[in-house]
Amino acid sequence: MTQDLLYSVVGVALFGIGVFGVVVAAHVIRKLIAVNIMGIGVFMVLLASAHHGAITDPVPHAMVLTGIVVAVAGTAQCLWLALRIQLLDENEAGESTQ
Amino acid sequence: MFISLEFQQQNTNEKELSRVTCWLLGAIITALSIALTIALLVTDKAVPGLADLAAKNLDISGVENPVTAVLLNFRSYDTLLEIAVLLIVAVAILPTQSSTTTQFLSVDDKIIISPVLVGLLKWLVPLAILVGGYLLWTGAYSPGGAFQAGAVVAGAGVALSLAGRHDFLWQTTKARVALNLGLLVFLLVAAANAIVTGTSLQYPVEHAGWLILVVEIAATLSIAAILLLLFVRLKKIAERSEQEINQ
Repeated sequence: MTQDLLYSVVGVALFGIGVFGVVVAAHVIRKLIAVNIMGIGVFMVLLASAHHGAITDPVPHAMVLTGIVVAVAGTAQCLWLALRIQLLDENEAGESTQ
Repeated sequence: MFISLEFQQQNTNEKELSRVTCWLLGAIITALSIALTIALLVTDKAVPGLADLAAKNLDISGVENPVTAVLLNFRSYDTLLEIAVLLIVAVAILPTQSSTTTQFLSVDDKIIISPVLVGLLKWLVPLAILVGGYLLWTGAYSPGGAFQAGAVVAGAGVALSLAGRHDFLWQTTKARVALNLGLLVFLLVAAANAIVTGTSLQYPVEHAGWLILVVEIAATLSIAAILLLLFVRLKKIAERSEQEINQ
């Protein structure tokens, strides 16, 4: 029980840190890292909820595993867009100074 | 790739928030977190959730690991869609220009890298592939499975890419097949199953084991290829050369 509790509380704390990061960080990559930290918090709460003494509920585990993959894909897509936007901005800046 | 970490803030219109706003936000979010914790504490867990149901049906799933059973049998729609999501992201990030080269993995021996690194790669890459195979196989009995195996195999590719000598060409047929194989095989199995038994993702008990293995092997290949593609392409664009991006 105490172990589940620790996982849940840390998960909620991570979620809070993530929310704070998303709102406060100005930098896109920092925001993205914060979103990932939020996600990890949610995963930890889910994993804690799967644990019932001797038996473990496999469904939340499977959901977390799927969630991790989708989080990776989403993060990659966001990074890609962020980098493309930066490149466009730089090109525009280069053109305007010429 | 973290050259881009100095991502200019002047390019975005946002400014750092003032100190007072930060503290205020911190207080609000702390209060929210405490409220969430209390909510978690007072809510009873769904005991025993779906654990019993999964355990009862494990015999007809074709595998012995309940998590794999959920992923690839009981809730295989999730996994199918997960692979589709990965493929969509891969398509978004794929290079747009066509290429005449047909070799997926090219090595440039002229680039001088540390002999220690060469020695390490010689050990690390085959070992990672071996571990990937083991994880895939063991997924039927204990923690492991397609995603873990795919991630480890992709790690071998990331090591190669970081060492600097190897380059991956994603326009090649081989690469395209590897990227698509997971979703294709999954859909084919579902379609064949639908024709034979009438239900698409509910495998017949006597064939469930090998069907899941086939789907998992294909998924491992695709997941490895897609994760590697994501890394390699992001690395390239972070190195900031327009020509390379469209190659």
